[in-house]
Amino acid sequence: METMTLMVNGRSHSVLADRETPLLWVLRETLGLTGTKYGCGQAQCGACTVLLDGEAVRSCVTAVGEAAGREVTTIEGLSADGLHAVQRAWIAEDVAQCGYCQPGQILTAAALLGTNPHPNDAEIDAAMTGVLCRCGTYGRIRRAIHRAAKEAGDAGRP
Amino acid sequence: MTEEIRVSLTVNGRRHVLGVKPNTTLQNLIRSRLNLTGTKKGCELGECGACTVLMNGRPVNSCMVLAVEADGAEIVTIEGLAPDGDLHPLQKSFIKHGALQCGFCTPGMLLSAKALIDRHPDPTPDQIRSALGGNLCRCAAYPRIIEAVRSWREFDGVPLDTRPRIGAERDQERGTSVVGHSVTRYDAPDKVTGRAVYTADMRLPGMIYAKILTSPHPHALIRRCDVTRARALSGVVAALTADDVPDVLYGVSPARFDERILAKDRVRYVGDEVAVVAALDEETAERALRLIDVEYEPLPAVFDAEEAMREGAPLVHPEDPKFARNINTHVDWHFGDIERGFAEADHIRQERFTGSRTFQAPIEPHAALARWEHHGGKVTLWTSTQTPHYVQRMISRTLGIPAGNIRVIKPAVGGAFGGKAETTPLDFCAILLARRTGRPVLMKYDRREMFQHHRGRHKQTIDLKIGVKRDGTITAVESRILLDGGAYTSYGIITAYYAGAMIPTLYKVPNYRYEGFRMYTNLPACGAMRGHGVPQPRFAFESLLDMIAEDIRIDPIEIRIRNAMEPNTRTCNALDISSCEFRATLEKAREASGWNKKKGRLPRGRGIGVGCGGFVSGAGYPIYRAEIPHSSATIRVHEDGRAVSLQIAAAEIGQGSDTVLCQIAAEEMGIPYEWVWMVECDSVLAPMDLGSYASRVTLMAGSAVQMAASRVKEALCGVAARRLGCEPGALTCRDARIFITEQPDVAMEWSEAATLAFSQSGPVIGTGSYRPPVLGGDFKGGTVGTSPAFSFSTMVAEVDVDLETGFVKVMRCLDVSDSGTVINPMTFHGQVEGSIHMGLGEVLLEDVVHGPEGHILNPNLHDYLVPSMRETPEISSLVVDSYEPRGPFGAKEVGEGSILPVMGAIANAIHDATGVWVKELPITPERILRALKENRPADDAEKARSEPAMGVSE
Repeated sequence: METMTLMVNGRSHSVLADRETPLLWVLRETLGLTGTKYGCGQAQCGACTVLLDGEAVRSCVTAVGEAAGREVTTIEGLSADGLHAVQRAWIAEDVAQCGYCQPGQILTAAALLGTNPHPNDAEIDAAMTGVLCRCGTYGRIRRAIHRAAKEAGDAGRP
Repeated sequence: MTEEIRVSLTVNGRRHVLGVKPNTTLQNLIRSRLNLTGTKKGCELGECGACTVLMNGRPVNSCMVLAVEADGAEIVTIEGLAPDGDLHPLQKSFIKHGALQCGFCTPGMLLSAKALIDRHPDPTPDQIRSALGGNLCRCAAYPRIIEAVRSWREFDGVPLDTRPRIGAERDQERGTSVVGHSVTRYDAPDKVTGRAVYTADMRLPGMIYAKILTSPHPHALIRRCDVTRARALSGVVAALTADDVPDVLYGVSPARFDERILAKDRVRYVGDEVAVVAALDEETAERALRLIDVEYEPLPAVFDAEEAMREGAPLVHPEDPKFARNINTHVDWHFGDIERGFAEADHIRQERFTGSRTFQAPIEPHAALARWEHHGGKVTLWTSTQTPHYVQRMISRTLGIPAGNIRVIKPAVGGAFGGKAETTPLDFCAILLARRTGRPVLMKYDRREMFQHHRGRHKQTIDLKIGVKRDGTITAVESRILLDGGAYTSYGIITAYYAGAMIPTLYKVPNYRYEGFRMYTNLPACGAMRGHGVPQPRFAFESLLDMIAEDIRIDPIEIRIRNAMEPNTRTCNALDISSCEFRATLEKAREASGWNKKKGRLPRGRGIGVGCGGFVSGAGYPIYRAEIPHSSATIRVHEDGRAVSLQIAAAEIGQGSDTVLCQIAAEEMGIPYEWVWMVECDSVLAPMDLGSYASRVTLMAGSAVQMAASRVKEALCGVAARRLGCEPGALTCRDARIFITEQPDVAMEWSEAATLAFSQSGPVIGTGSYRPPVLGGDFKGGTVGTSPAFSFSTMVAEVDVDLETGFVKVMRCLDVSDSGTVINPMTFHGQVEGSIHMGLGEVLLEDVVHGPEGHILNPNLHDYLVPSMRETPEISSLVVDSYEPRGPFGAKEVGEGSILPVMGAIANAIHDATGVWVKELPITPERILRALKENRPADDAEKARSEPAMGVSE
């Protein structure tokens, strides 16, 4: 066990944990950020995706020690009001069904748009393929990412 | 950011290693980090005991232990008292004895009790009082708690059921299966295990916390209010001032909306709300409050009702010419011919009595949690309220949200007593901040803020004059009352009317004059508190009646009997008394207390006294004018036919209404109590009900439930009649069977009829509603005091007064109630006992005191004294046979009415013990000593014996 400093959603937390504890459980249990979901614990479903310094990672296989000192963004911190361009697009395209994978989907999409503001279908599929959606909302996810890209482009910002 | 410290501790048998801040309390570690919310927050100062846990086997206030101090410790919380799914014998004993009401103190109480029985397996009542004396229970279930702890072993190894205990109280026998029986409380199992969820126990994803900045001045103009620095603090999500909230006045009575969500340009008492900050955690929100820059221009203030009326006194609401001279409400009532009444009197006496500012002090502080639903502009509010409907309505009106879009949910409420009957700034601010931030917002008052928000009892100064004939018959009563209302109206208009309206209900008063002035002052606003407006005038009346009885040498009980109200009477102020067994309560109290052997025959220092009271069974009119049912209910039969759900928005606040309503439903439908699910107090799930105030639930909500249940019964009898080949009217439903009344063997199972009904025509749903008859006189304020039925009660108290110190020990209280049919004797007597304790606090201990600058000097449970278990006298609660035709199964009010006799009875007993009258509340040792010094009672008594005492004494 050791005390580490975690920067989550712009706020620093001093956390006492084993370095090897998956980041997922520290987020959910210690910090109470339950928007990040557990789906498999083996990096196979993507429901636990969070951003680490802007990059999408699977928090279930990321040791908390690895995240210490870096910027973690969870679904709760993507925007102050829950209306990031990707979230707005998600609502407009009515993407969510059961919603369980959606935090992971949205963060992965946000990471994608962060590096590639105007992805094509193939690029979207490549980036999103690791996040499973059993409801099969993939078509709408693709449309929503295009919409978010367009909106962000129209607004003159990435 | 502070470095965290490693703490390793065992909680309920499980080891935890956590990082904590140096200032984290054990209480916060348990509640926030381990999510064990059975440990309650009542004061955070080690005064109330609600947070008691066991630390290495010893009870501690977890709010007073730092988490780091608990390093290496073994902690037991309420969740760990018994293995999962089981109950400790103490918990079973609490359930079976009805040793809880609101349940907020229950976890702490149980852990203190556990520590005691570990040391003393067979504790004596004195050991129990001593060990549990630090755990305050404002519902005052003390007598039952003592009994539950004393007899805990009886429940060892005994399985729990909901049936009445053998030998449990059973007052009246009306041939019913469920009504009239002491079934266990519906909510008791959750309340003894820490599972009951109160508003502040709730956690929602993304939830943030908000705190309100209040005025440090009793009266000032706000020149500037700048939240820039607060907003800039890391962790702050939003900050609002008056500029950010709707500029709309709100309040309770539509005639006087005078409050703002946040003060706009003027603050009117120390505690007036100025700005609010939401942050990721409470500590940050509190820190941010200190970064708000407010520039005040202090103004002269007024703190006394009499001063406030003087020409030239500072005006609390100068913007409204209606409130010149600070008169908030003026009542001017004349009934009969007061002059003729006094002219007919053989003896007249007038005295001045002064009450105190008492506070409800529920152990659960107010809390509100709001979440916007992102769907069609809807919001959900969880709030610790006793009137969810009025909260919904006031939010709708003030914030401009359609009422149907506001979902109000009342979680468990940890005591209310009138203090949670109005919409608070917490409700408004939580909703506004949740909309602003898109996140759920939790707000709660701490103990000091509770006192500042107040809405407690008005302090009244009462000039009361009674005229009687030689035989004690009352000919006229005149009452002039000055009420200190504080800075806002709250319930005060109604209070001012109630202070006069209820006086003629107990005794026959042919001629009555009442003039009331409710005054604005720069103190926290007063509102409705148990007995609403009536306890102090009743104290005055009962004291003055005893003085008169002494003057004309009539026994105090006898003079009451001679004037006692009779059934089916219209009072001089047009209140319709339906059932009334007041006289019987007096006679029974006289007999059961051994009055004739004791009155005037006890040694000096010991005394006996009588007092009486009575109250409405629900107000005849809602707070706002509307032609609506006052209560409504829906009952749905579950498809297996072996359960029903009762959906109602009447508010269980500890008084036991859920239990009583389930009993009424079960009795009417002829099914066991255990079959009923209570779906309570969620405006989405249950139809409208006005809530819990004015002692309305049993009669009004009970009637709505009875109607809904009778409609279910009708539906099932229709199905059963076809099967059994008879008319539906020939059937009886009882004990889960439906049978032909004349041939009980021709029957079918209730569940079979229910499943058949579902398969034939879908869901079986019964709806019911209640509206009172047209009541009251055609004069201003004629609606206040109206009710379909009135309760009556008599209390005889015995006290022991230490003539050296003035200390009063209450030895015995015997209460006899006329409350109609008792639905559940266990919860009924619990209400009476609780009311008696609150009355004892009010007469002997309680007073909110303000300093010269309008600050509260005792805003905590250490300096503001409420009765603890150590002050519990021997209490007997009895009933007389009574039946109220307007109530469900003959029931009417209990619980508010029973506070009313207490103050008079104690004052009269103290007089019997000492020979002096103390006419000022609370009757403290200092006041008794002063009176003893001034009055030289021995001489007076001599005089009284030697002279005939007729004539006028003023």
